[in-house]
Amino acid sequence: MTGHLPAPAGAPAIEMTDVAVGAMRDPDTIVAKQINWTVNAGEYWVVAGLHGSGKSDFLMLTGGLMPPRQGRYQFFGGAMPIFEEARLKERLRLGLVFDGGQLFNHLTVAENIALPLRYHYNLSRSQAAATVSKLLECTELAPWAESTPGTLGRGWQKRVGLARALALKPEVLLVDGPLAGLDPRHVKWWLGFLDQLAKGHPLMQGRPLTLVVTTADIRPWKGHARQFAVLRNHGFVVLGAWEQLKAASGELVRELLTEPSQTE
Amino acid sequence: METGNASALSSPRARLLPRLPALTSYLGRGLFHFLLTLQGLGAFALITLGVMITRFGAAREVIRPRIFQEAARAGLRLLPMFLFMAAALGLVVIGQTVSWLAPVGAIDFLGTVMVIVVVRELGPLATALLVLARIGTANVIELGTARAMGEVEALEALGIDPIHYLVVPRVIGMALGVFALTVYLILGALLSGYLWAFVQDVPLRPGDYFHQLASALSGLDFALLAVKTLAFGSIIALVTCYHGLAQPLRLEEVSRATVAAVAQSIIACVLIDALFIIIYLVT
Repeated sequence: MTGHLPAPAGAPAIEMTDVAVGAMRDPDTIVAKQINWTVNAGEYWVVAGLHGSGKSDFLMLTGGLMPPRQGRYQFFGGAMPIFEEARLKERLRLGLVFDGGQLFNHLTVAENIALPLRYHYNLSRSQAAATVSKLLECTELAPWAESTPGTLGRGWQKRVGLARALALKPEVLLVDGPLAGLDPRHVKWWLGFLDQLAKGHPLMQGRPLTLVVTTADIRPWKGHARQFAVLRNHGFVVLGAWEQLKAASGELVRELLTEPSQTE
Repeated sequence: METGNASALSSPRARLLPRLPALTSYLGRGLFHFLLTLQGLGAFALITLGVMITRFGAAREVIRPRIFQEAARAGLRLLPMFLFMAAALGLVVIGQTVSWLAPVGAIDFLGTVMVIVVVRELGPLATALLVLARIGTANVIELGTARAMGEVEALEALGIDPIHYLVVPRVIGMALGVFALTVYLILGALLSGYLWAFVQDVPLRPGDYFHQLASALSGLDFALLAVKTLAFGSIIALVTCYHGLAQPLRLEEVSRATVAAVAQSIIACVLIDALFIIIYLVT
């Protein structure tokens, strides 16, 4: 859908070298620095950090919404962020789901999902309808297709954001705090759906998606995500698999593993 | 000596002197702020023009309905209010003109007065200000809220150019809306003007009135009316979109941005109007 052949599993998708992340709302503030991180195609990462650790800013940078304050960030071998029209197809290999959904309130749920499709492929409503209908079914949003986002609960709004990001069939999907503020039923659905995407969902023609998810509570991700990293003290620590995470020392890791969370 | 000093300090000049640096600093800040705003607005207008040219015809299935939507919002949906305004404008101009011209027997100039006052001046300016009040303010609030809620970042994340999707339809729609509404306002005012003259027992036949109008109008009036109204619509859309979109906003800043956008739009429209008066006078 993006016009690129999908990258083979194991090929570097995201490569950060000595990257410093600025705050989205205050460019003078550095939220994390000296980030050295590589995400290969087909991997499933969880980046954990407490509230205010800069998870969202880190994901905005990874999503190409702002440049690194320092260092080099490459996406499938090309420099990020991409602002040039000529490299738009490359840019669309990445999808981003915002914490609050960040939906367009003047559009209905179906129109929100259809917008990127219609805009990039110049489709009429009826031409985009079949794809939108599939996305609505997969995310259980069909009953709310004609509702505006303001009438939906937070959990459903996040699903609209997910469906909208999947409309262009990206190869890499970044999801900001998918479980924050959700009830157990929504949590279960998200974990299950992201697992399917990581393994290869029929919606993506069975192609495994590269996933990067942020969270304030790492425990629900046990048995789901394959790699873990932590944002702490303006730094970024790659911990590896769950077993390595359990073995890792440090107050923050203990907190993330043991503290009962009220937010997720 | 002390008494002398005290009396010197109490003189108006002495009271003003210590405040002078503060006053110049205030004026300097104001001028600097004005220049920065002008620079920002100019850059925003150029970027919008650039996007209009480079992305002409792109995403037509999405952008074209949005242009129609914006043109309807800034035009067709305001038509009832403008018909009422047209009736009022005709009454005001003809009422005043008849009361002043009738005693000196200068009824032959009714049409000329209507052309000068309504067609060249009040019609376009009143339309622009009403559209600014009804739609321009809504633009700033909608876009400012969208900016504060992260919708602009969402568009960028989807690879959609916010200027192309949010600004271009508003600029084209509002330019067309102001142009169309001005035409309706002028036609309505000219018609209602005659009706009010008729009600006031002015001995003027419809044919004579329309002959007066036709002889007062020139080809330049039509051309400048079109250019002026399109300029008003574009400027209002650009200024309101600039204040809503061009800088990161928090929700509490939206009202301040709206006030600034309205004030600057009015100043811009008045300045453009002054420019057109000069063109009329020169030609």
